[in-house]
Amino acid sequence: MTKITTSTKSCTVNALKMSQPLGGALAFMGVRNCMPLLHGSQGCTSFGLVLFVRHFRESIPLQTTAMSEVATVLGGYDNVEQAIVNIVGRTKPDMIGICSTGVTEIKGDDVDSFIKTIRSKHPELAHVALVNVATPDFKDAFEDGWAKATTRLVEALVLRPASGTSRRQGRLNVLPGSHLTPGDLDELRDIIEAFGLQPTFLPDISGSLDGHVPDDFTPTTHGGVSVSQIAAMGTAIHTIAIGEQMRPAAEAMEARTGIPFTLFRRLTGLAPNDEFIACLSKISGKPVPAKYRRQRSQLIDAMLDGHFYFGGKQVAIGAEPDMLLNIGGWLADMGCRITTAVTTTTSPVLDQMPCDEVLIGDLEDLETGAEGCDLLVSHSHGRQAAERLAVPFLRIGLPIFDRLGAAHQVSVGYRGTRDLIFTVGNLFIADLHEPDVGTWRQPVTPTDSVSATPATH
Amino acid sequence: MSSLADKIQDVFNEPGCSTNTGKAAKERKKGCSKPLQPGGAAGGCAFDGAKIALQPVTDVAHLVHGPIACEGSSWDNRGVKSSGSKLYRTSFTTDMSENDVVFGGEKRLFKSIREIIEKYDPPAVFVYQTCVPAMMGDDIAAVCKVASEKFGKPCIPIIAPGFVGPKNLGNKLAGEAMLDYVIGTQEPDFTTPYDINIIGEYNVAGELWQVKPLLDELGIRILSCLSGDARYHEIARSHRARAAMMVCSTAMINVARKMEERYGIPYFEGSFYGITDTSDSLRQIAKLLIARGADAELMDRVEAVIAREEARAWEALKAFTPRLTGKKVLLITGGVKSWSVVAALQEAGLSIVGSSVKKSTKEDKERLKEMSPDVHQIDDLRPREMYKMLKEAKADIMLSGGRSQFVALKAKMPWLDINQERHYAYAGYVGIIEMVRQIDKALSNPVWEQVRKAPPWDEVSWEDRADAANAADEAALAADPARAEAERRATIVCKCKEISVGTIEDAIRSHDLTVIAQVTQLTQAGGGCGSCKETIAAMLAREAKAAADAPSAQVA
Ligand code: SF4
Repeated sequence: MTKITTSTKSCTVNALKMSQPLGGALAFMGVRNCMPLLHGSQGCTSFGLVLFVRHFRESIPLQTTAMSEVATVLGGYDNVEQAIVNIVGRTKPDMIGICSTGVTEIKGDDVDSFIKTIRSKHPELAHVALVNVATPDFKDAFEDGWAKATTRLVEALVLRPASGTSRRQGRLNVLPGSHLTPGDLDELRDIIEAFGLQPTFLPDISGSLDGHVPDDFTPTTHGGVSVSQIAAMGTAIHTIAIGEQMRPAAEAMEARTGIPFTLFRRLTGLAPNDEFIACLSKISGKPVPAKYRRQRSQLIDAMLDGHFYFGGKQVAIGAEPDMLLNIGGWLADMGCRITTAVTTTTSPVLDQMPCDEVLIGDLEDLETGAEGCDLLVSHSHGRQAAERLAVPFLRIGLPIFDRLGAAHQVSVGYRGTRDLIFTVGNLFIADLHEPDVGTWRQPVTPTDSVSATPATH
Repeated sequence: MSSLADKIQDVFNEPGCSTNTGKAAKERKKGCSKPLQPGGAAGGCAFDGAKIALQPVTDVAHLVHGPIACEGSSWDNRGVKSSGSKLYRTSFTTDMSENDVVFGGEKRLFKSIREIIEKYDPPAVFVYQTCVPAMMGDDIAAVCKVASEKFGKPCIPIIAPGFVGPKNLGNKLAGEAMLDYVIGTQEPDFTTPYDINIIGEYNVAGELWQVKPLLDELGIRILSCLSGDARYHEIARSHRARAAMMVCSTAMINVARKMEERYGIPYFEGSFYGITDTSDSLRQIAKLLIARGADAELMDRVEAVIAREEARAWEALKAFTPRLTGKKVLLITGGVKSWSVVAALQEAGLSIVGSSVKKSTKEDKERLKEMSPDVHQIDDLRPREMYKMLKEAKADIMLSGGRSQFVALKAKMPWLDINQERHYAYAGYVGIIEMVRQIDKALSNPVWEQVRKAPPWDEVSWEDRADAANAADEAALAADPARAEAERRATIVCKCKEISVGTIEDAIRSHDLTVIAQVTQLTQAGGGCGSCKETIAAMLAREAKAAADAPSAQVA
């Protein structure tokens, strides 16, 4: 059983965690023609923008209700109303996704009732979906915000199938966690479609934040899952949830529509993908396509070639719970020892971690624990620690701002796992230390020196 | 909170600000910051501004008191450089939990300060206030006071919670904290008649170091830079400088002026961007130092250095002329922009879109300002319109800060970053050459030709579609003069107060207005940041001319 401890420090040094509203906003960015709106002071939005822009290298749609000091005290109804009216006037979105922040939660702004009032006051806005989620930033973390926003999308937009309507064969719902990249979603889509299934991803950041040159620019998200596609998710035959964080969303879907779900905690590694592929085969009633049988054997080959370099390596990881389990579980599968694991928030997956202890803490804790390890794993902010410790550094998660292609890193499926073996294996290989004449010399102790002294003539 | 309100009022009253001196007392009280627009593009908050202004101080611990939102998404994201301590790159935050929100965060703050001092032993701790603890009434000044006494280390409260206003207000409030708690608290080991302060320079990408060698050569000592590559003790001792240069004119004018008032340190506003501005700034420094007792021969040495450096720089720029002649630059306001940058770009053969001005008279500068669209305008543009603008400007490259970069890049337009997070340093004589080199590099990259080429099969590109849509819009307007006129009249002139062309025209016509102040009084237009005043002036002139041309109508 893994011990879960919380750092006792008062001061967070080099934060690993990112705030909940940003996770919520990112989930809303996976909806087509949507404008995410942070209900709070302008600075939070501006910081969020900069963060996402640096990670995705894309212009990012994100708006603010621009709460001033006075407005935070008086309550934010006017600001929310004005923001919605302005956004609709300027950018004509299909949906506005509203995340609350610390200041508005403390004041106790009731956005639900704000929306009701706005609805009755502004019938001309009826065509715009308004979805709000409570994401105070003094609680929980990024993946929680993502998960809550997705749950709210399900509750607010998925239509209950009328009784007697039959399910649409071949339709599959996929609820991906925040730890998957646009590249991961594309890979999953390919795999699922190879079984003749038609997946709907919620949220779907693969079309919106995957760095293609779009056909037209819109100030809202382009690509992503549309509001009507979300509504139609109620007619699918099955739901696949990826990451424990998506359980509430999958349960909400089931409660609303009766669609059963299967949850995959991990999708990196051989065994998790075997289960995933088997599940798709079962749902679709189709045999596993040759392409994926072949990819499976390639992965096995890569595992055999790679295990020399992974075995016995000590790894320190800092990541959000689902990401931590996914990457940590896989590294352990490859023979690594997870010597330090730091995460941001509580989760049922933490006691599944193949290590003695998981610490809810920061990058300073990670750095302290990583002393003498062979590999450090975290988002880009871990770079200073890796530099100081002079150990190889694998960037995962968000933000990755000092390398290209963060959105296209793929680590799911047989192929994604295979490529990850190469990436990480190469980091280990590049760090192999050449022996020199002193490598095996033992420190000389007094007794040794006596016996080692050559006999005198 | 009342003392914070006083501070803000005090900062708004800044007499050193030239825009301010032109305002009536009542207007001045309102401050120069735009009221915020819910659902409009977001700028940084006051806390962000305070952090930008002070984070470059390299050896202190910067502790952010608030929930994770404020520090968690923003740390280690600015390219300011240090020649010594790297502590400024370590992020400290109290990461307030729900518990702290219920019971108050002062205790956690105090303990955090203790932990930092025990673990990192910095010369000082800067504590930044943010919205949530400000709402709850956490008194960080009191906590800092107790901590300073208890630990024998200066703990400096920087009170600029985000919701009090925008970034530039935060810059100034950060400056106030330095004035109140830091400047003048230590004495330098020795002083010289050649000691200066540089205020408002952050050493982005190492820009301070592009100028420092020249100052070193001249024997001019930077006693303190606020705050690029600064150490705490330098700022604490900065009150002994003989003169000061204020680099970024709006950021910390309050500091420059109050240091003049309190310590008799004269200052000037200058810039190290571009060749002539750099030379002027060096001369100004020498002039102020000489007036305060430095040897007059300093000016001769300054002139010699200027002559040598200018000759070198112009020579280096000429090398680019054959490659760059005829290329057009679209310059978007914000970030690095000064007249002398424009002059240098022109020297290298580049022309600024819409600008044929060559001399650096004040009016020319004003005209340039008028001609280059400002960032807000760009942010508001729909991408299709942006594309149209780029196309009509026939620009070859766009220089801007901010988020417009992705629109430029997706429109397959070369782009050069001139904002806070840029990676290249553009200051001084070497910097302008670097900027031209970067422009050359961007323009001559072979990717442009490749990415602009259509694939060898039938495909309607988005550019084609945008052209078609724009043409359709124009045709529709041409066919419907009434709608065209309505749209023209609906165009917003004053963005702060959202006042349209029509409202202003009607006011001018019905009340025979002749000066901007009247327009502002009647319609509020121009009563915000003031950047639309030129447009209003142009409208007044046009209306006056129309009235003069049609005297009969007047009579009737
Ligand atoms: S606006 Fe307030 S809560 Fe938001 S980042 Fe700025 S200081 Fe923090």
